[in-house]
Amino acid sequence: MTAAIELENVSKIYRRYGGRQFATLKSALLQRSILHDLRPSETFPALKDVSFKVAKGSTFGVMGRNGSGKSTALKLVAGITKPSGGSVRVNGRISALIELGAGFHPEISGRENVFINGIMLGLTKREIQARFDEIVEFAELRDFIDAPVKTYSSGMYMRLGFAVAINVDPDVLLVDEVLAVGDEGFTHKCLDKFAEFRRRNKTILLVTHSLGLVERFCDEALWLDQGRAMASGDPVRVIDAYLTKVEEGEGQLLATTSAKALEDALPASEQPADPTADMFQATEGRWGSREIEITEVSFVDHTGQASFVFHSGLPMAIRVKIRAAQPSDDFVFGVGLFNADGVCCYGTNTYLEEMTPERIAGDAEATFAIDSLDLVEGTYKVDVAVHKRDGYPYDYHRLLYTFRVKSRVHDVGIYRPRHHWSFSPGVTFKSQR
Amino acid sequence: MFANLANLVRYRGLIQSLVARDLKARYRGSVLGFVWSFINPLLLLTIYSFVFSVVLPDLHSKETEPYALFMFCGILPWTWFSSSLTEAAGSLISGGNLIKKVLFPAEVLPIVSVLANMVHFILGLPILAVFLIYYRRPPDLDGLFWFPVTMLVQLTFTSALALIVSALAVHFRDIRDILSNLLTLWFFSTPIIYWIKQAPGLGKQVLDFNPMTHVVVSYQEILFFDGPVGHWKWLLSVGALSVLLFLAGYWLFDRLRDSFAEAV
Repeated sequence: MTAAIELENVSKIYRRYGGRQFATLKSALLQRSILHDLRPSETFPALKDVSFKVAKGSTFGVMGRNGSGKSTALKLVAGITKPSGGSVRVNGRISALIELGAGFHPEISGRENVFINGIMLGLTKREIQARFDEIVEFAELRDFIDAPVKTYSSGMYMRLGFAVAINVDPDVLLVDEVLAVGDEGFTHKCLDKFAEFRRRNKTILLVTHSLGLVERFCDEALWLDQGRAMASGDPVRVIDAYLTKVEEGEGQLLATTSAKALEDALPASEQPADPTADMFQATEGRWGSREIEITEVSFVDHTGQASFVFHSGLPMAIRVKIRAAQPSDDFVFGVGLFNADGVCCYGTNTYLEEMTPERIAGDAEATFAIDSLDLVEGTYKVDVAVHKRDGYPYDYHRLLYTFRVKSRVHDVGIYRPRHHWSFSPGVTFKSQR
Repeated sequence: MFANLANLVRYRGLIQSLVARDLKARYRGSVLGFVWSFINPLLLLTIYSFVFSVVLPDLHSKETEPYALFMFCGILPWTWFSSSLTEAAGSLISGGNLIKKVLFPAEVLPIVSVLANMVHFILGLPILAVFLIYYRRPPDLDGLFWFPVTMLVQLTFTSALALIVSALAVHFRDIRDILSNLLTLWFFSTPIIYWIKQAPGLGKQVLDFNPMTHVVVSYQEILFFDGPVGHWKWLLSVGALSVLLFLAGYWLFDRLRDSFAEAV
């Protein structure tokens, strides 16, 4: 199998600062490598020693976080920029869907722009003439094709750009995150077009954040992180590795935001005017007399590890460490879960659940264990509180803790009831991949 | 470099359509549209005629009567030259989207600036013809043979400078500001509003160093003055120089090409 795209130990270094590129005019003229005398502190490596091969006729997905070097890789393949090191080889005519309608001139009509854009992308006038109707049809712009492009909506603009680029009939198609250009219907048309490309044994290099797209379309995938290739090969495996890393990152982020929220809340220990503050009044903070103090709150996943990212449907526990300055027999533990909109998804306490307090003294621990976290994907905030039965707060932590729920299913709502579908024999579904 | 230069020929379809786009887009939305191509040089001419025929009538010599026609022979090509350079200086920066997002031969952009202004120059020629008929000064046919040659020399010279200016302006944005002042100086160092023979010894030597002098003087000899075109040796020398300058400009452009996508 021949390679349509081949990158060998490719690195790309950008200058960190804009502005003047050269020390002197002479160095500008005589030095081929403009980065020759730049100190490392002035440069930014966008790609470091990346190698990959895309076999002819296959679809290759590149994913990674923002700033991971995906688009740089695509630009190198397209030949728009040159690598600082290593080599890039491409066999066949390329069309790059990097920025749609990049060459459109706002003042002239869609029709004229189609011709000029087509010529820019390497078609001849005759070829465009032959495909013109198809392009306009695909862009769904028949009624507007003679209007100046400046009157187009951004969706129309993108659709026209996409329609021209896709009709260049390349051997290698480079796609950068452009499927978000239209409504559902148009996205489907684009995907159908990609499928058609695949059938015709064309090579597609796809840069996207949509993991679903990579999983569905790609034969192979590459995960870039901070300019390095982290994993490549079978899409499902690469996606799993990527997701694990993303969760780690999110967990760290949530840990720091939680720590910060707690820190900010510390000085606000004076009591609010109404100590029995409304449970549904969603302001962050901490108050209470601290006769019984919450010293630490952590979330624990099904393996017993502290975490901030949980999977829907798996067990999860909120672990609260408490210190009672004096022994007491009047205490209630409570927790509340709120989604990002501030809606209380669930709230309970030991009093509501008819547990009669007997005694607490010294250091203690309370665990609120959820057997199955039946929440939809999203970010949730947590209230944790210890108070008297009459509501007098010992230590009230309002929305100070955050965790994230991940789900393979992107269902919506507040709560996911345990459910399954069943159908009479007349209804069948394809078995899932 | 020469392979790239050969590519320039391959891009003629692209250049052609971009020039057409430029011309179409320029006057879109204005009431008079293309008529502005005629009106602009006429207005400029009116201004200079007012200054030099009404306010300072004694400054020009007898030989340059009718003075309006004399100036028009110089102003028209000068406008082509100066507008081309001004537009070329900004062409890569304003076309940044193309250079950054599409695999696009950057040298097309300054060349398009020059060619679009050449079309404006050509559109101004009918007005010139009307003037020539009005003043009953038909140019002789032998002289007219030199007209396309002069245009070709000017095209080469302007393109060479356009390539250099556009490539450098990407890295040194100051060039765009320097250029407008430099062009004013250049305008007065070129015998457009005065006759070259009016310049004293030293002035004449300075003028001789200016390639645009010979281009403009050639136009004047072809269109304005009677008798054979005596300036052709100068013109051809400038032509040869322009070809060298074009190659040098292209070399420079080619050198800096890889940096454009990052610097614009």
